[in-house]
Amino acid sequence: MTRTHIRIAQLCAFAALVLVPALVAAGCGGDDDASGAPGEGGTLSLVAYSTPREAYEEIIPAFQETDGGQGYDFDQSYASSGEQSRAVEAGLAADVVAFSLEPDITRLIDAGLVDADWNQNEYNGMVTDSVVVFAVRPGNPKGIQTWDDLLQEGVEVITPNPFTSGGAQWNIMAAYGAQIEQGKSDEEAIDYLRDLFLNHVPVQDKSARESLQTFAGGKGDVLLAYENEAIFAQQAGQELDYVVPEETILIENPVAVVNTSEHPETAQAFVDYLYTPEAQTVFAEKGYRPVVPEVLSQFDYPEPPGRFTIADLGGWPDVRTRFFDREESVFLDIENELGVPTDD
Amino acid sequence: MRRASSSTSRTSWECPLTTSPEAVELPARTGGSRRAGGLVLGLSTAYLTLIVLIPIAAVVAASFEGGLAAFWDEVTAPAAVAALKLTFVASLLVVLVNGVTGTLIAWVLVRDDFRGKSVVNAVIDLPFALPTIVAGLTLLAVYGPQSPLRVNVAYSRAAIVVALLFVTLPFVVRAVQPVLLELDREMEEAAASLGSRPVTTFRRIILPNLMPAILSGAALSFGKAVGEFGSIVLISGNIPFDTEVASVYIFKGIEGDDRAAAAAVSVVLLVLSFAVLAIADVLERRSRRHDA
Repeated sequence: MTRTHIRIAQLCAFAALVLVPALVAAGCGGDDDASGAPGEGGTLSLVAYSTPREAYEEIIPAFQETDGGQGYDFDQSYASSGEQSRAVEAGLAADVVAFSLEPDITRLIDAGLVDADWNQNEYNGMVTDSVVVFAVRPGNPKGIQTWDDLLQEGVEVITPNPFTSGGAQWNIMAAYGAQIEQGKSDEEAIDYLRDLFLNHVPVQDKSARESLQTFAGGKGDVLLAYENEAIFAQQAGQELDYVVPEETILIENPVAVVNTSEHPETAQAFVDYLYTPEAQTVFAEKGYRPVVPEVLSQFDYPEPPGRFTIADLGGWPDVRTRFFDREESVFLDIENELGVPTDD
Repeated sequence: MRRASSSTSRTSWECPLTTSPEAVELPARTGGSRRAGGLVLGLSTAYLTLIVLIPIAAVVAASFEGGLAAFWDEVTAPAAVAALKLTFVASLLVVLVNGVTGTLIAWVLVRDDFRGKSVVNAVIDLPFALPTIVAGLTLLAVYGPQSPLRVNVAYSRAAIVVALLFVTLPFVVRAVQPVLLELDREMEEAAASLGSRPVTTFRRIILPNLMPAILSGAALSFGKAVGEFGSIVLISGNIPFDTEVASVYIFKGIEGDDRAAAAAVSVVLLVLSFAVLAIADVLERRSRRHDA
């Protein structure tokens, strides 16, 4: 008797607990559709990686002044590029996504959320550029100028782990590509990475921001950083210098419209606006290299003679598979060597 | 799984929803309280199912998606083993330290009188309130390269232990404190009057009484320590095979789109915590029986 009572009570409770949230959720959903947002047009949701936040905070109000953007509100969300990409894949509502690197867009193409022809504009879908630089202590006390200098005895190099920080994959590919650019073989370039990570990297933070924090906190002689981050850190009053090495990679940051957007025209108008001289200038003021040549030429960015792109190294799909696969890859091998006691 | 859920919903149709409010409204001593008891049990079971069991089952299911062999491969990957070992040893160390220091702090808070005692008492819980990432940042500022105290443990295994000590501090203290408060002091006085030295009194009278509380506090510390992420990730350095703990390894799996590895190592953590909680439970009962 009591048994069955408990049973029934349990089931009722279970049913209630399942049903109530579902009903509440359904109710809320309906409400949302009906009321809309304060802006008469609606709300656009921008899901972006953290670094360009300050730029977007200036660009968005300017866009809202334009014909295409009038009457629209913006929701902005900033976190690490990979996290944001996964969140959108898992259902975070987004109209426009801005990531640190193309594979985070590719994930959304695979999920059917971004059209495969997203990059069919003059700039291949990239909205800002940068390069990998060496951030050093004020006055560059260790005289760091070249990639070889990073391997000098006693030099500590800070870089995030490329498995936890997609952005750090730019750093690794810059180091690898610089060796190739110097005329070294593939094997020698991988040896360089091995030496760097086995003997010179004492901290592998999970994100670029944390690495900057670690460096600012007094650890390390060199921080592998993006030029825009270094410039931004200087603007924020942090004491560091940076060196643009002779050979380095061109960092290209993509932006795309999500195809489930309820306001596709406005989303597209916003993306188009990012390529206007006004928006590109804002990016440049925050340390990015504009992709639009006319705007770029107004700024004084050093052009490293040995500048190469990810395409020169085979493109992201190949690079990801070869270098950063979690099951079997060049970088996984290097990490595993950390677990092997060595003589030297 | 799908079959199970559909049968639940069918049964819920049959069950008359009106019985539950009735059970609450009628505080008649006979069937009423029993029914209410059943309802409470049902509610808590349902709650636990939704909040704990289903998510944990999902993690376990994800870890075995590729089959047992794949699970084993993930768990025995050299870097995973290294991370798990480090996590286990560091957590164990932290639990041992907590067992002693937590008991001491509880002792001081209950038995000693000093100015500012209530402040200290309130401070104990702060590690719970502080977001762990802030804890990590703070520890880094205090015990990092720019330490005002000239103590730099950052980016080492010691840093992991320090971070864990910080975030697990309240468990043992808060478990032991109430027991110590309730402890009948006449027992100690009787022992003393019979000529027992303070050390003996502590060992034979007080410690056995506190043991269950110490054990349960220690077990909770362990559970918290093995899964801790936020406070460690900034200060440990995260070098594989050296300072990379299991939670960071798991994070790496997630970020590297290798969810199977992340789930598999998570399951090992769950099993570890569960085992320690179970062992603590057995020890706790044994020490209670000894007490009686």
